[in-house]
Amino acid sequence: MLTRLFPAVAAVLVAVSCLTACGSSPGTAAPASGSGGPASLTVFAAASLTETFTELGRRFESAHSGTEVTFSFGSSATLAQQITQGAPADVFAAASPATMKTVTDAGLASAPAVFARNTLQIAVPEDNPAKIESLGDLAGPQVKVALCAEQVPCGAAAVKALDAAGVEVTPVTLEQDAKATLTKVRLGEVDAALVYRTDVIASGGKVRGIDFPEANQAVNDYPIAALTEAPAADLARQFVDLVLSREGRDVLTTAGFQVP
Amino acid sequence: MSLDSHLVVERPGFRLDVELRAAAGEVVALLGPNGAGKTTALRGLAGLTPLSGGRVELDGAEVHRLPAERRRIGVVFQDYLLFPHLSALDNVAFGPRCQGLRRAAARRVAAELLDRVGLADHAHARPAHLSGGQAQRVALARALAVRPRLLLLDEPLAALDAHTRLEIRAELRRHLAAFDGATVLVTHDPLDAMVLAHRLVVIENGAVVQTGTPSEIARHPRTDYVARLVGLNLYRGEAEGNHVTVGEARFSSAERLTGPVFVAFPPSAVALYRTRPDGSPRNLWRATIDGIERHGDNVRVHLHGPIPLAADVTPSAAADLDLTPGQEIWAAVKATETHAYPA
Amino acid sequence: MPWPLLVPALAGLAFLVLPLAGLLARAPWQSLPQRLAEPRVLEALRLSLVTATIATAVCLLLGVPLAWLLARTTLPGRRVLRALVTVPLVLPPVVGGVALLLVLGRRGLAGQWLYDAFGVSLPFTTAGVVLAEAFVAMPFLVIAVEGALRAADQRYEEAAATLGASRWTVFHRVTLPMVAPGVLAGAVLCWARALGEFGATITFAGNFPGRTQTMPLAVYLALETDPDAAIVLSLVLLAVSVIVLAGLRDRWTGTA
Repeated sequence: MLTRLFPAVAAVLVAVSCLTACGSSPGTAAPASGSGGPASLTVFAAASLTETFTELGRRFESAHSGTEVTFSFGSSATLAQQITQGAPADVFAAASPATMKTVTDAGLASAPAVFARNTLQIAVPEDNPAKIESLGDLAGPQVKVALCAEQVPCGAAAVKALDAAGVEVTPVTLEQDAKATLTKVRLGEVDAALVYRTDVIASGGKVRGIDFPEANQAVNDYPIAALTEAPAADLARQFVDLVLSREGRDVLTTAGFQVP
Repeated sequence: MSLDSHLVVERPGFRLDVELRAAAGEVVALLGPNGAGKTTALRGLAGLTPLSGGRVELDGAEVHRLPAERRRIGVVFQDYLLFPHLSALDNVAFGPRCQGLRRAAARRVAAELLDRVGLADHAHARPAHLSGGQAQRVALARALAVRPRLLLLDEPLAALDAHTRLEIRAELRRHLAAFDGATVLVTHDPLDAMVLAHRLVVIENGAVVQTGTPSEIARHPRTDYVARLVGLNLYRGEAEGNHVTVGEARFSSAERLTGPVFVAFPPSAVALYRTRPDGSPRNLWRATIDGIERHGDNVRVHLHGPIPLAADVTPSAAADLDLTPGQEIWAAVKATETHAYPA
Repeated sequence: MPWPLLVPALAGLAFLVLPLAGLLARAPWQSLPQRLAEPRVLEALRLSLVTATIATAVCLLLGVPLAWLLARTTLPGRRVLRALVTVPLVLPPVVGGVALLLVLGRRGLAGQWLYDAFGVSLPFTTAGVVLAEAFVAMPFLVIAVEGALRAADQRYEEAAATLGASRWTVFHRVTLPMVAPGVLAGAVLCWARALGEFGATITFAGNFPGRTQTMPLAVYLALETDPDAAIVLSLVLLAVSVIVLAGLRDRWTGTA
């Protein structure tokens, strides 16, 4: 049984490695040094980076043939928790300096660099039933507003922006993250929400984003760091470099991030 | 309150087709081997198994189209099926409550019935705390509490041990005598049937094979099953005057008859001899012993020869004769104990 | 006791209990009293207990008849029906929450009508929490009760019918009392599941302290900033559910 199974398994493995490694790399940098054997890189990144980092990971793999990049996207706080509990991550990209700080405080990363900034937008359903134009409109008594919970970065940012504008809003819900908040808008359950502009862009037109001036008072910094105990330290540093490079900045700005 | 019914139930590989009648105050026992369709017939009467055909009439009114809950037919089930979560009293009060009585009134009716079956002291006991005999009496009280037009009992004594059975059988007979409606009783125990019923209906393979009073049936069985039940040797033969020919055997009998007849005699009427007896009785054959077993206080010997025979002898006679299977022996049947009757 | 049973049994027990030990070991015992006294904690706990209990009542009201339907009737397509009942077990609760929004949301299939006709909107309300919890927890009740109904001896129901009981009387005076242990077991599972419900609740009912923020939601959000607080909240939830369930069990065994 095993002897018959082995050739089949081997064939599948060859085919899979071909899919990842034999693909032609379209006109990017030459393979980096020390990429002879298969290597893997694990990146823990905030959920709001799902689209951009997936794209950057694809480019990284093309540039480093034989390298496989694995992502774990999630709430920054949860990821930070996992890292301090010993999760085998190489790179951590957080949605707030505070969550990064728990990792640096634990001595697991040093000198994080801010690679992106995210600002809030008012997200409304396509037909904008409550006719929202400005932050002040969110205070209307009939307006159903969803905010992120204060414990998560987009919630903290929302509170900061509302405070700066002096607008008093009574939300119907405090969601656990930006995506969940946006879902409520997309389904029309709420009339408006405060989420990151990147989330609005990623939602692909089902939701309309409205800029407001007070957003500048609540800019969210995204720090990134290679972890000191990274199993693939070299690759980790190279990935951070890619994110901070012009190529990385292009990908991020296309998705709606501001770059420093 | 009389029953007049024709019950037809068809199932793959089985067909029940029996006519069953019971007059007011009459107790009819439905007797038959396992799988004969007794319980199916009972369920058909109660409305628990739909009839494929036929009818059920109570006092001339058709009830077979009514669901079970509207037939007012009391049933005592084989293992009583007392509701385990209700006290004896509430089990009995269940029917009256369903008939619209208020709780207090229903309990009064129930208490009176429990008193009648001698269980006033156990009114508040849960079924789990009742003995088999007590549970049987509660089940009877519960069935009677709906003032049924027809009372059905399914193997009412089968779940009891031998000692309790004796006591409850006598008691049940008393209660059935006091009941003015018709009663149909299903049993495979001939003794229960004989003691409790006025009339027996024997069914085999879904059809009635014999009906009659207990004594008629005991004396004149018409099938092997009934004969074995009542403990008789039974043969079918041709009669001519005082002689009956059964295969190669010739019987002398007390009755004078002509044509097809049954011949029956009890195993105790058979005497066994090692050598041909003197003054030869008329019904005498050579036979071979097939098997020997204990039967009550006696020894039953199974024989084959011109006819198959069962003989009962005392243990001492068995020892004297030194009986062994395969042995050849002389068997004689007393003509005075041989009954012939038209088939 | 045979070791092929004993060894896996102990391993299973350890597997279930050790994470709890982990929580206890990490709990911030010094700051526990003042953390527990926080009004938000009590508010979330109260809301959790109230909604889980109402959700269980809703499940009993709808789930017991549904279980009866599955166990006692010969509807065509009953197998499909039974599979459908277990959908909430398989569905990720968050998806369940989205599904509820699509049906009962302000723009949902039925929700739109409710909103237009009565001005009723279920998302973001305590009633929404109850609905989300009931949706996820109901299969536990239905499966338990259906099993009990199948195991129950139907001849008792026949006996009741011969005593003149209507179908309804048979159900509530004979069937239901006889399957009561199964119903209770199902209700306990259902209550426990409702108490721990997170995904469907936060998706359908949102998260607002005092109105829709139950303990699991509070735990999740506390994890974002203050893991110690999350441990405290989890322990409170655990302690309360253990006390309630142990109390109930004693009561049944006392009367049974």
